[in-house]
Amino acid sequence: MRFSKDHEWVTLDGATATIGISAYAADQLGDVVFVELPSVGKTVKAGDNLAVVESVKAASDVYAPVAGEVTAVNAALSDAPETVNDQPEGSGWFVKLKLADPKQVEGLMDRGAYETFLKSL
Amino acid sequence: MSDQALKSTVLGQAHGDLGARMVGFGGYAMPVHYELGILKEHLWTREHAGVFDVSHMGPAFLDLTVSGGDPEDRHRLVAALIEPLVSGDIAGLKPGQIRYTLLLNDDGGILDDLMIGRPADPGFQGRLYVVVNAGCKEADFALIQDAAGEAGRLTRADDGALLAVQGPEAARVVGAILPGAEKLAFMNYARLPYDRRSVRIARSGYTGEDGFEILAPAASARTLWSALMADKRIRPIGLGARDSLRLEAGLPLYGHDLDASVSPIEAGLAFAVSKKRLKAGAIRGAERLARELADGPGRLRAGLRILEGAPAREGAPVFAKAEKPVGMVTSGGFAPSIGAPIAMAFLSPAAAKLGAKLTVEVRGRRQDAEVTPLPFVPHRYHRG
Repeated sequence: MRFSKDHEWVTLDGATATIGISAYAADQLGDVVFVELPSVGKTVKAGDNLAVVESVKAASDVYAPVAGEVTAVNAALSDAPETVNDQPEGSGWFVKLKLADPKQVEGLMDRGAYETFLKSL
Repeated sequence: MSDQALKSTVLGQAHGDLGARMVGFGGYAMPVHYELGILKEHLWTREHAGVFDVSHMGPAFLDLTVSGGDPEDRHRLVAALIEPLVSGDIAGLKPGQIRYTLLLNDDGGILDDLMIGRPADPGFQGRLYVVVNAGCKEADFALIQDAAGEAGRLTRADDGALLAVQGPEAARVVGAILPGAEKLAFMNYARLPYDRRSVRIARSGYTGEDGFEILAPAASARTLWSALMADKRIRPIGLGARDSLRLEAGLPLYGHDLDASVSPIEAGLAFAVSKKRLKAGAIRGAERLARELADGPGRLRAGLRILEGAPAREGAPVFAKAEKPVGMVTSGGFAPSIGAPIAMAFLSPAAAKLGAKLTVEVRGRRQDAEVTPLPFVPHRYHRG
């Protein structure tokens, strides 16, 4: 699992990346009550707005850590947005992207580097 | 405002010990939530009882500078010092009564909403207990002292703790710590002995539940907080749940639902306008208020249920059929007790009809909404 400075995570299976938000990000947001997901087929560049996550308090943007085309979204989040809090780095995933360049993922932090980054915040 | 400039309430340390997440609010570092999180803190308050540190607010006393005289006369005199600034009947307060009222500008716009109380004790007549909002307190205190002139002296009491205890179990919890509190009627307050000193305790709150707001001197603040926290029916509740609770209760928040352009009539707060004083033209902006009462105001505060999609937050435009907005959301969010998003909006009177089908725009998308009576969740005040 790789992480971005915006607290998204990515796992790679061939050319398909699964993307969610880190446990740290989920904890910072607090209780998630709504997740707005992109349409399947949408293409995004790294840094583009990918989703919006709403906690009781506020709306926060989720950015695409890598470029690609949306091939699937986690529809279960519409009925159970709290999954983002319960299992942020598992069944609380947001989208799957077919990557233009899977090597982009290597530019993200591994868990050790991400944890060091969190301590610097 | 930078973090360094944030003040701490006398309970800052206690919040840290409880794992609170702190945010800047009204110039103070305040707990937005504790370990339970906003959702569970909200629901706990509705089912049991929660304690909120609201020491950032502005409690104060306004006292006549002259001593002596008949207690009734003394009350009338001190009421006359502040009444020209506010919408309500302060002279008419009974001993021990508190009243929600509004500070108005010359155009009848709301400068702040506040509580004013009259002491129950005959020996304390000629004094008013005033509690204003954190973000307005410097301006409010200056305005009140200026209006009172040499006849009155405003003494701030915002160096102590102001604690709200709210929820269906609040009366039993607070009554065990401050005997007699459970006998207070809604919108009454008393001075009760505590910790070799005394506290002011009002049967009031900002959640729609039964509860109390307690002003304790700084020296007793931690003792009172610990006594409350020792009761298993109580959880500490942050400002996040305070906001979602008051939104469900249909209670406006100054700086969001109310500002200097909004009149009490537009805000649906006509109950806080003294009809007698208005008739006499003795309220600031009386002409506008009387006209809006007679002809109806140009906009109205209304409740909205958001029927699909994301919560509609402050600033979201509201539409009927046409492309031109009929109003704007002033407070909105997810309502934990309802399990759906709700909002308060200022709408044109034609759009603000109960049951009207409207849409709100969130991130460019129109979502169905319906005008709903306020409060969203019924009040459960202690009516005795």
